[in-house]
Amino acid sequence: MFQSPDFKQLSAQIRCATSESVEQALSATRLRLHDLAALLSPAATPYLQQMAVRSSEITITRFGKTTQLYAPIYLSNYCTNRCVYCGFSADNRIKRKCLTLDEAEKEAMILHDRGFQHILLVSGEAVNAVGIEYMEAIALRLRDKFAAVSIEIQPMSTEHYHRLFLAGITAVAVYQETYNRDIYKTVHLSGKKSDYDYRLETPARVARAGMREVGIGALLGLADWRAEGLAIGHHLDWLRKQFWSTAFTISFPRMRPATGEFEPLEIVTESNLSQLIFALRLFDQDVGLIVSTREEARYRDGMLGLGPTRYSAGSCTAPGGYGNSDADAEQFSVGDHRSLEEVCTVIRSKGFDPVYKDWDCGFQTTY
Amino acid sequence: MLCIAGTEFRSRLFLGTGKFSSSTVMAKAIEASDCQMITVALRRVDLENPDDDIMKALSQREYTFLPNTSGARNADEAIRLAHIARAASGSSWLKLEVTPDPRTLLPDPVETLFATEKLVKDGFIVLPYMNADPILALKLQDAGAAAVMPLGSPIGTNQGVLTDFQVAIIIEQARVPVVVDAGIGAPSHAAYAMEMGADAVLVNTAISVAGDPVAMAAAFAKAVEAGRTAYIAGMGQKSKHASASSPESGQLSSDLGFLA
Amino acid sequence: MNIILNGNNKSLQKPSSILDLLKSLELMPETVVVELNTTIIQPNSYDATQFAEGDRVEIIRFVGGG
Repeated sequence: MFQSPDFKQLSAQIRCATSESVEQALSATRLRLHDLAALLSPAATPYLQQMAVRSSEITITRFGKTTQLYAPIYLSNYCTNRCVYCGFSADNRIKRKCLTLDEAEKEAMILHDRGFQHILLVSGEAVNAVGIEYMEAIALRLRDKFAAVSIEIQPMSTEHYHRLFLAGITAVAVYQETYNRDIYKTVHLSGKKSDYDYRLETPARVARAGMREVGIGALLGLADWRAEGLAIGHHLDWLRKQFWSTAFTISFPRMRPATGEFEPLEIVTESNLSQLIFALRLFDQDVGLIVSTREEARYRDGMLGLGPTRYSAGSCTAPGGYGNSDADAEQFSVGDHRSLEEVCTVIRSKGFDPVYKDWDCGFQTTY
Repeated sequence: MLCIAGTEFRSRLFLGTGKFSSSTVMAKAIEASDCQMITVALRRVDLENPDDDIMKALSQREYTFLPNTSGARNADEAIRLAHIARAASGSSWLKLEVTPDPRTLLPDPVETLFATEKLVKDGFIVLPYMNADPILALKLQDAGAAAVMPLGSPIGTNQGVLTDFQVAIIIEQARVPVVVDAGIGAPSHAAYAMEMGADAVLVNTAISVAGDPVAMAAAFAKAVEAGRTAYIAGMGQKSKHASASSPESGQLSSDLGFLA
Repeated sequence: MNIILNGNNKSLQKPSSILDLLKSLELMPETVVVELNTTIIQPNSYDATQFAEGDRVEIIRFVGGG
């Protein structure tokens, strides 16, 4: 079982870092966790430009001049958890909707016709609305229409993840939200999500079930982002050792306004976010780095080629929102409203190739 | 302290006992090396010389014996030798060596993996000798190997750690100790392996055929210690790039002016 | 009777146990492993185990090796 290091110790380790340790980390060919700590520290702030250069070199060497594209589909905003920061919290009075299988398929085909070949199915946690049978059924319907179908839903058992793998799901994202146990308790008031350890073990269950790719991350703005970055590094390091044939990605959801008006506990600036992304790229040359439409167009354009490997585009975060532009009750408001075509035009203008398809679930083991 | 299968070793130098000019020299060299783990092989007793017994010069009380399955050309032969080894030593330690090609003595990856799976299930403490293949190392660990022993270069060639790039990957990914075994021809090779992060090295030919094996064994002991100390101390990284590259030098602008 | 000992033919003048054979070869029983028709024989059975015609016997011990 992964033991997440004590959050306060992570913060302390980071704050001890000196410019010497930053320079050592910048020139190292194989970085260790103490190098990641240095790169996340305030001592690294003056080195941001160099980190960007190094991060860009590594990303382009490893991933080529490409950016992968995907789009999320929100299946349901029913949720039995009360997470203080989330628009779908059980406490929030919003219009709840759960797409039927036909409606979900219709939404998916809208994305398909726009050109997406990789979609991410998202839902709140409500097993009566979106349980294993529903997910299996939607996976089976969509697997022949898309190259990759990922999910970001409530944590499940290894056995259920394996069923979903056989049904055609290729990747599962599950973010710890915060690795700080104390803050975790204060922001997850009730529901199954309030169990820190069950959530923490989820990426391991996903990998054990045979999923090709596991996504981890933290919701930036809950706790000290530097320590979250180091905790993510520890988690990734452990996961890679245990599951050497699994691919990993890190996402960087950064607090944005949401229904319920939750104020981020920590301010995380774009500069901080970039430092986090560059530090993790230097630490792990092979991890996918995902930046969603939470971020502004200007920011995402600027970051092309500097570290991120995958972008969402044209996103709608309300269930049924692609087919019905009146759909409200978003999980978070989007920062980059551009269509897939617009985003790809910018990608190409920078000399990069937009990639719609990186894997084909048709190759995947099935029943 | 190096720990393999629950046993602690103060010395990270393992010695092979082959090719020495005499048992006496062998015993003195082992003593000079300060090692705690020695490998031995199994062969038919020479019926013309019943007294010729290496065990007269070595004590199982002082050293952990690591019998090898040298001579085995496939998993079946290795497994058979493993059981004989266990009967001879009374312990379950085993260096699994499956070498079908007598010229190169390179290890067979397929037979080695198969034999490891079987022998681990049978309660052996298996240390497989392998080519420096990172995927194979992972699979051997998944199968329950207590350590992995990637070669530096083929047995007896004294070429050093020619497989360094791959051994580094193995070390990075390993969940069990990594013992660089075979081809270590000089103390500097041993130090290099330890500087890379190897947990131990196994040396035989370089010591047994040296002009003065006893002195050479002592030299190796020093080299292993030096390399290990350096590794722990954290060596300055060699840099492949100048730090502080200017933005203009890259094809893509890394200008961060876009940040809010 | 004839047995095959360490790959070579050996003729035994009278019925022998493993222990008898080891003694005749001047081998201390505790320093060797004995395999009879590919089965390892426990030392406490050396005395009781008698050879039969055509038995393949291997007597093995540790030697130097890398």
